[in-house]
Amino acid sequence: MRRLTWRAATLVAARWETAAARTLVLDVPDWPGHLPGQHVDVRLTAPDGYQAQRSYSIASAWPAGGGSRLELTVQRLGDGEVSPYLTDVLGTGDQIELRGPVGGWFVWDRHVPGPVLLVAGGSGVVPLMAMVRARALLAAQQPFRLVYSLRSPEDLYFRRELEQVQRGGRGVEAHLVYTRSAPPGWPVPPGRLDAAALAEHGWPADAEPTCFVCGPTGFVETAANLLVELGHDPQRIRTERFGGS
Amino acid sequence: MATFSPGFGGRRRAARDDLPPGQYETHDFPVLSYGPTPHVPRDTWQFTLTDENGARRSWSWQELLDLPQEDITVDIHCVTKWSKFATSWRGVSLDVLLDDVETSADFAVAHSYGGYTTNLPLDDLLDGKAWIAHGYDGQDLEPEHGGPARLLVPHLYFWKSAKWVDGLRLTTTDEPGFWETNGYHAYGDPWREQRYWGD
Ligand SMILES: Cc1cc2nc3c(=O)[nH]c(=O)nc-3n(C[C@H](O)[C@H](O)[C@H](O)COP(=O)(O)OP(=O)(O)OC[C@H]3O[C@@H](n4cnc5c(N)ncnc54)[C@H](O)[C@@H]3O)c2cc1C
Repeated sequence: MRRLTWRAATLVAARWETAAARTLVLDVPDWPGHLPGQHVDVRLTAPDGYQAQRSYSIASAWPAGGGSRLELTVQRLGDGEVSPYLTDVLGTGDQIELRGPVGGWFVWDRHVPGPVLLVAGGSGVVPLMAMVRARALLAAQQPFRLVYSLRSPEDLYFRRELEQVQRGGRGVEAHLVYTRSAPPGWPVPPGRLDAAALAEHGWPADAEPTCFVCGPTGFVETAANLLVELGHDPQRIRTERFGGS
Repeated sequence: MATFSPGFGGRRRAARDDLPPGQYETHDFPVLSYGPTPHVPRDTWQFTLTDENGARRSWSWQELLDLPQEDITVDIHCVTKWSKFATSWRGVSLDVLLDDVETSADFAVAHSYGGYTTNLPLDDLLDGKAWIAHGYDGQDLEPEHGGPARLLVPHLYFWKSAKWVDGLRLTTTDEPGFWETNGYHAYGDPWREQRYWGD
C-alpha cells in the first residue's frame, strides 16, 4: 500500500487551449507515474493558511521511461474558487501542491478488452486525451473512436493534436458534435449529442467496445443512457462525472 | 508542508466549523457514479439480507414501505470534496432490518443493482447510524441519486452510501468493495480525511 503524499508541483510552462482553458505543464519530482484516466488532487494555500482542494484529470500520458512532468488542462469557471486561479493567476515558477495519481477504474491500458469508444463533453475530453496519447506512446493496436461534444469551434481543446491523430490514420477517429454553433459548412446543424451520432461515429454494441464517458454530470447521464439504449452492456461503460451541470 | 500559492485568496464560502477538513460546501447535489445510472422499477425491486452462513431474507418495495419510516436530516460529505449540509431523507433504519438477525459477523458488504459494492463495519450500520433511504427532500429519490433506494451512512464519505442498493451481506472478514479496491480508503471517515489507501 502506497501512501499518497502531498508533493510540490512547479509550473514550468502553460498554454491556452481556448480562451477559457489552460494546460499547465507541471514538474513533480519523484512522480510515481500514472495511467491515462487517473486524476490528481490539487491543493492551494492562501497566505493565511486557508486551503482549497479540487480534483483534476491528468491530460498527459506517462512516458515509458518515466519522467517528472505531467499536464493538467483546466477550464475556468467564472464563479469558481480554484479554477480561475489555475487558469489566470498561477505563473511559471509558482508552486501548487498535488497528490496522486488517484483512481483505478476510469483508466485505459492495453489490457482493457476490445475497441475503445471515448465520449467527451467539454473539459471531459481531458482524461480521454490522456488515453489517446498513451495509446500512441505504447503503439497499441486497439482502434479508438472519440466522439467529442462541444459548444462551438472556439471551445475545442487539443485542436492540432486531434487533427494530426485524424490525419495519421493510425486507428484513432475523432468526431465533433457542436451543440451551439458549428463551423461554416459543417454538414449538420448544431444540436445535442444524440443516439444517431453515437450509432454512426461510435461502435456498434456487438463490437463490444469498452466505453469511457466523461464530462459534466448532465452530459454523462445523457450519453451513458444513450449507450445503454443502443445496446451497450452497462458493465462496459465507465463514467467520470466532473460535477456541474 | 503547505506550499504557498502566491495570489490565492480563496473564497471561503464555507468557513463553517462543521465542515470536515479539505471539504467545501455546495448547494447543488453533484452526481458521481462509476457507470451508467441503473433504472430499477419499484415492482421488481428487492432488498436481500444475507448472513455469514448464507441464510437470506428479502423485502419487496411494499414490504419496505410497510416498515416504520424515519425522516432524517443530516450533513453529507463526498470524497470529491463537496459537503452538503442539512439534507433531508426518508427511509428505514437498518436497526429495523437487522433487528432479529443473530450474527457473529463484524462486517457487511452492500451490493447494488449495476454491480457496485462497498464494505462497512457492521457497527457503523447500527444504533441509528444508517438507513435504506427512498425519499429525498420530500420527493421520491431520483435514479441519479440512487433511487429507488440507497444506503445512507452519513458519518462516512458518501461512496459508502451505496446507490441502487439491493442487498447487504454480513461477513466475518472485511472485504474491500468497488472503490476500496480502486485506491480509496477501506473505512472513509471524513473527519480524519480517510480518502485514499494509507490515509
Ligand atoms: C475526478 C474529477 C476530475 C476532474 N478533472 C477536471 C479537469 O481535467 N479539468 C477541469 O477543468 N475540471 C475538472 N474537474 C472539475 C474540478 O474538480 C472542479 O470542480 C472545477 O474546476 C470547478 O472548481 P472551482 O473551484 O473553480 O469552482 P467551485 O468554486 O467549486 O464552483 C463554482 C460553481 O461551478 C459549479 N461547477 C463545479 N464544477 C463544475 C464543472 N466541472 N462544470 C460546470 N460547473 C461546475 C459549481 O456547482 C459552482 O456553482 C474534475 C472533477 C473531478 C471530480
